[in-house]
Amino acid sequence: MAKAHESRRKERLDRGVKVRSDGVYAIASWREMAFLLGPRLLLIVGLLVMPLLLWPVPYWQKVLTIICIYSLLAIGFDFLAHYVGLVSLGGALFIGVGAYIAALLNTEMGLPLWATIPLATVLGGGVCTVLLWPCLPLRGVYFAIVSLMFPLLAARLIEAFDIFGGTDGIMGLDGFPNSWSEMYVLIICLLLALFALRRLVNEDVGLVFRGVKDNDQAVKASGINITTYKALGVFIASSLGCLGGACLAHIYMWAGISQFALDFSIIPIAATVVGGGGTLAGPVIGCLILVPISELLRDFGTLRIAVYALILMAFIVFKSEGLMSYGARKYNQFEHWVEI
Amino acid sequence: MDILIYGVINSANLALMALGFTLVYGVSRLPNFAHGALYVLAGYICWLLLNRLGLPYVLAGALALALVAGVGGAMYQFILVRIRGMAISEIIASYAIGLAILEGLRWGGLKGGTFTLPSFLEGSVDIAGVSVDFQRILVVALGAVLVGLLYFFVNHTRLGLALKGMAQDERAALTLGIDSDRMAVVSMALGSLSAAIAALILLPLGSIVVEAGYHVLIMAVAVCIVGGLGSWTGALLAAFVIGFAQILTTAYLGAHFQVVVALLAIILTLILRPSGLFGKQKELEERV
Repeated sequence: MAKAHESRRKERLDRGVKVRSDGVYAIASWREMAFLLGPRLLLIVGLLVMPLLLWPVPYWQKVLTIICIYSLLAIGFDFLAHYVGLVSLGGALFIGVGAYIAALLNTEMGLPLWATIPLATVLGGGVCTVLLWPCLPLRGVYFAIVSLMFPLLAARLIEAFDIFGGTDGIMGLDGFPNSWSEMYVLIICLLLALFALRRLVNEDVGLVFRGVKDNDQAVKASGINITTYKALGVFIASSLGCLGGACLAHIYMWAGISQFALDFSIIPIAATVVGGGGTLAGPVIGCLILVPISELLRDFGTLRIAVYALILMAFIVFKSEGLMSYGARKYNQFEHWVEI
Repeated sequence: MDILIYGVINSANLALMALGFTLVYGVSRLPNFAHGALYVLAGYICWLLLNRLGLPYVLAGALALALVAGVGGAMYQFILVRIRGMAISEIIASYAIGLAILEGLRWGGLKGGTFTLPSFLEGSVDIAGVSVDFQRILVVALGAVLVGLLYFFVNHTRLGLALKGMAQDERAALTLGIDSDRMAVVSMALGSLSAAIAALILLPLGSIVVEAGYHVLIMAVAVCIVGGLGSWTGALLAAFVIGFAQILTTAYLGAHFQVVVALLAIILTLILRPSGLFGKQKELEERV
């Protein structure tokens, strides 16, 4: 762009929406309210209506639930990577831990479904945080490395020691009463998590999180314990993953080694990069694009992981802002060429 | 006695796996998560050349080494250099490349039947009452030679000294006319080369499987963390610590526990001595 026309550049101006300058006026104008609410409502209503639209094709309703599970994982990853500065290469750990805890609570202790899912969310978050604790006081690649190891090793440990049902997994979990409840539970959880996180990162806590990411020495100098905040971040992200894992276990009525599979680690990362890191809504959009592709490629086996990996690499190297940031820029700003 | 001998062999294995990773990280600060993939790729290319094209073993091996070194260098030159210094992107991109190679191989190459490379030397010999086959002795010998060569290369050649300079202080190296991007490419090619060498020496002991890629990556990373990221002496020492720990657990607790050793070693190291056995100068910058 710049090479072809060296004498001009693109000028960007924010669209004049009153709410940016003084809040009262936005309420006065329907057009501006629509402008602000439009994208948000599109996502909320879109997700809520989707199950009804997909009613004739039950298979794709199933895919929608899977999309929601991946999205939970992906917003967790996005939050952890872009607001706390910890890259987790092992999202499968969260899914697996959540699934196994839900399965154990359900089959061993006989707790009903509406108790196991919240319990698995909180307990799973705790377990994952404790597992990852040793690498939290350190900066650099340690967290990525250790989080990469856990899901790979967890699967091998379960296999080697034949615990938790070994290679067969734990069977006979309670299922959801019907497919509508399983979809709407997930969709509502996803929307709540998404908007709660968006709120969270703009609160004071979010400021500290970002401080930890950008300049941990400064945060430390302010008398704030960095490790505690990192642990809190990991707890939030892993709880979201465990929630997804617990729902997954109840949907399939089964928890097994394949819930530590590589897909759960790589798709959320790819979705975040494609959708736009640091936007939180981006990963959801990324999942809406990537998971259906994954389903279409299911016949090709592990080739789909290779495909994602390539998409991921291409986006991170050549288009690192992602779709969401690109879209937001086009939506919020005028662009035009200016002669220099 | 067999604990001692197999401990040494296992440690040499680990040292070979980790050498390339620590080389790349030490010079260009790039955690090369594609390391394991390059290892498997080298084995597969060699197998292809050997069985599909019918080349002699020496030629096939040499070609595989050259190709993998080229792939590693090209990976840096064309892809990773664009995101240099962005830690998150570096990790994700190199991991993505590694995954693409490994899962691509699982889909397109390594399926149906077992893939094995012939060993260089057949037969075995008794050392102090323990029978050891020649290939395993070769692992130790070649491992030692490789470490020696690398030591010589880094301390006594211009290119090696340039790499060392960049590892120590990149800005100072730049002012002395060392092109840091080119050096990073060189280090990546060398790292890939040593992954490939490790593959060609170690793979005849077993078969070429995709899982080996993840295993090698985990082991390399474990060795490097325990030894201190980027420290070569540390990595060597850590290879022996973990190598013997694994053999001892197998002998006294059972083979199942071997899986846990690497993870425990990492976690203990991170808790007790985060910068590793030999990572002194980086202690301040990594521990917050």
